[in-house]
Amino acid sequence: MKYPLSALALSAFAAISSGVVLAQSPLKIGFMAELSGPQGALGQDQYDAFMLVVEQNGGKLGGVPVQVLREDSQLKPEVAVQIVDKLIEKEKVPIITGVTFSNVMMAVHKKITEKEVFLIGSNAGPSPIAGAACSPFYFSTSWENGQQAEVVGKYARDQKMAKVMTIAPNYQAGRDFVNGFRRWYTTPTIGELWPAVNQPDFSSEIAQIQAANPTAVFAFLPGGMGINFVKQWAQAGLKNKIVLMTASTTDGIGLPAMGDAALGVISGTFWGPDFKNAANQKFVKDFEAKYKRIPSQYAAQAYDSAQLLDGAIRAVKGDVSDKAAFRKALKSAPFKSVRGDFAFGSNHFPVQSFHAFKAVRDKQNRMTLETIDTPLVKVVDGYADKCPIKG
Amino acid sequence: MSATLVISQLLNGIQLGVLLFLMAAGLTLVFGIMNFVNLAHGSLYMMGAYIAAALVGQGVPFVWAGLGAMAGAALLGFVLERTALAKLYARDHLYQVLATFGLILFFNEVVRYFWGASAVYMDVPAALNGALTFMGINYPFYRFVIIAVGLGVALALYLIIHKTRLGMLIRAGASNADMVGVLGVNIKLLNSAVFALGAGLAGLAGFMAGPILSVQPGMGEPVLILTLVVIVTGGIGSIRGAFLGAIIIGVVDTLGRTFLPIIFSWFLEQSLAQAAGPAVASMLIYLLMAVVLALRPQGLFPVKHG
Repeated sequence: MKYPLSALALSAFAAISSGVVLAQSPLKIGFMAELSGPQGALGQDQYDAFMLVVEQNGGKLGGVPVQVLREDSQLKPEVAVQIVDKLIEKEKVPIITGVTFSNVMMAVHKKITEKEVFLIGSNAGPSPIAGAACSPFYFSTSWENGQQAEVVGKYARDQKMAKVMTIAPNYQAGRDFVNGFRRWYTTPTIGELWPAVNQPDFSSEIAQIQAANPTAVFAFLPGGMGINFVKQWAQAGLKNKIVLMTASTTDGIGLPAMGDAALGVISGTFWGPDFKNAANQKFVKDFEAKYKRIPSQYAAQAYDSAQLLDGAIRAVKGDVSDKAAFRKALKSAPFKSVRGDFAFGSNHFPVQSFHAFKAVRDKQNRMTLETIDTPLVKVVDGYADKCPIKG
Repeated sequence: MSATLVISQLLNGIQLGVLLFLMAAGLTLVFGIMNFVNLAHGSLYMMGAYIAAALVGQGVPFVWAGLGAMAGAALLGFVLERTALAKLYARDHLYQVLATFGLILFFNEVVRYFWGASAVYMDVPAALNGALTFMGINYPFYRFVIIAVGLGVALALYLIIHKTRLGMLIRAGASNADMVGVLGVNIKLLNSAVFALGAGLAGLAGFMAGPILSVQPGMGEPVLILTLVVIVTGGIGSIRGAFLGAIIIGVVDTLGRTFLPIIFSWFLEQSLAQAAGPAVASMLIYLLMAVVLALRPQGLFPVKHG
């Protein structure tokens, strides 16, 4: 009978001491992204970059110990909704970050922000949440979806491309990107190709492009589709004949798998690994040292989201329960972004420049992106004026 | 719509067809002989591509990497069949679908664990790179190689199945497996051999697709769906059906994608044709399969018994 008693005493002691620990328990942050399956690469880059900041700060953000709860939404909106329920109801997290795909974002955005939990999106930026459905509890460190196509359209216009064809998968995002491209490139295109989503072989489309013989092609083919297309494009001998311009296609994730096939392909987005500002040089150096690869734009977005949280949590001295104060701190963007200057617009999306890039080999013979132009300087996305947030 | 576009699209269709045939041959034999639904066939294709990419990355010559991918996939198929799948032959199809679907998830995570979530690099070797020009058509040389290898494998399979003892046993097994067993043939070993052969062909398909497609987790699933369409259309269990079905599906899919939007634009207004053309084109092979199932449920080229 002696043991049970002492065990009881021990557990009582444990209960008391855990109460003490509870008082200093870490700030819980939910990190949700697509982390498995074919789409897992983007989410992995987001997670790795986020954790890079946390680890460099000794497990703290803004001087406060944090516990990052890693959740894989598997590109399934219904799974994401369950995760959000768990994070908010059971774990009581005040902050959720990550979110890779737009359909997942649309499924959880309202649910999270209605509960007055802060959502720091570090990738997906579907237009409704930049416009009419925006929320004061949502902040983006990425872009509104259409912007990555708009910059390419502006570039094509600046370069006076005469005959342009477009190719994008036949679904909502594909149509959004082609429309985004056309917002700036107003010359009528000479042809549109709409392959099926996740179509592996583009020989049919490439033959049609050859037959039409345009000056340039604008392609939005994310993930594996882009790798397939760029390889097949080069094998068909079109690489030096027709200019290939892309959005979300020849990104840092796909380039290593494309290799020489991608050399010279033009793309557009908000950030490139060759940016010269100090914050970016530190980020690229640290990321490469830890993960042995060049960070992608998805890593840059998540790195900024962690730095944003670090700055904002520090500004409120670790107390995120005063939501108005924390929101104000986030809105002031108290951090050094890898893109240089950083400021939030009225809809809590960044007001930022967009650049054109060319795929090249770096000094170590790795595929990377080189900044060649800045077609859009300090732009607000096209939906901000529909967002009713004031201040 | 020029003649050169039609010819190059026909070549594209045949090239897709022979790739699908390599997949369909194994799947249809396993289904025809063991009455087993193997959804993990696409995973064997993926493993073939990964093994080949890894070998090429290590500096192994392209052809040897291909043989390695075939051997690796065949061995993997053999082990899978012996350890896990053979136990399910007697079970209902639902169990087989569940188990092999589980294997798809398993293999996707295995490659993600070892090679990472991003696609891995694999390109056409310099000797096979470039485009051939004939009759005003610019066609990638590597795709000709795929067509040649595919046709070669089809011929070899025809000879094996119709001219060798193994082929005779396979045909007998497809007709009546129990009777073949009673006659003293080691039917278990025959099953394993057939399974390994199919897996090896899937590995070969993955290897040859590696340079033109992205080698990444989950790359087997879209191909598996097309393969299932092929064997259902061609007639389950029949190599001839798999071959002709694969060519038909490949050509219909490719030509449909190119020419349906053009044909639609003849009698529909521009914006409607732009929307309807690609949508119908992506459904075309499934419509074809539905029509075949309605009119000839046994497929276009079923096995001839007796």
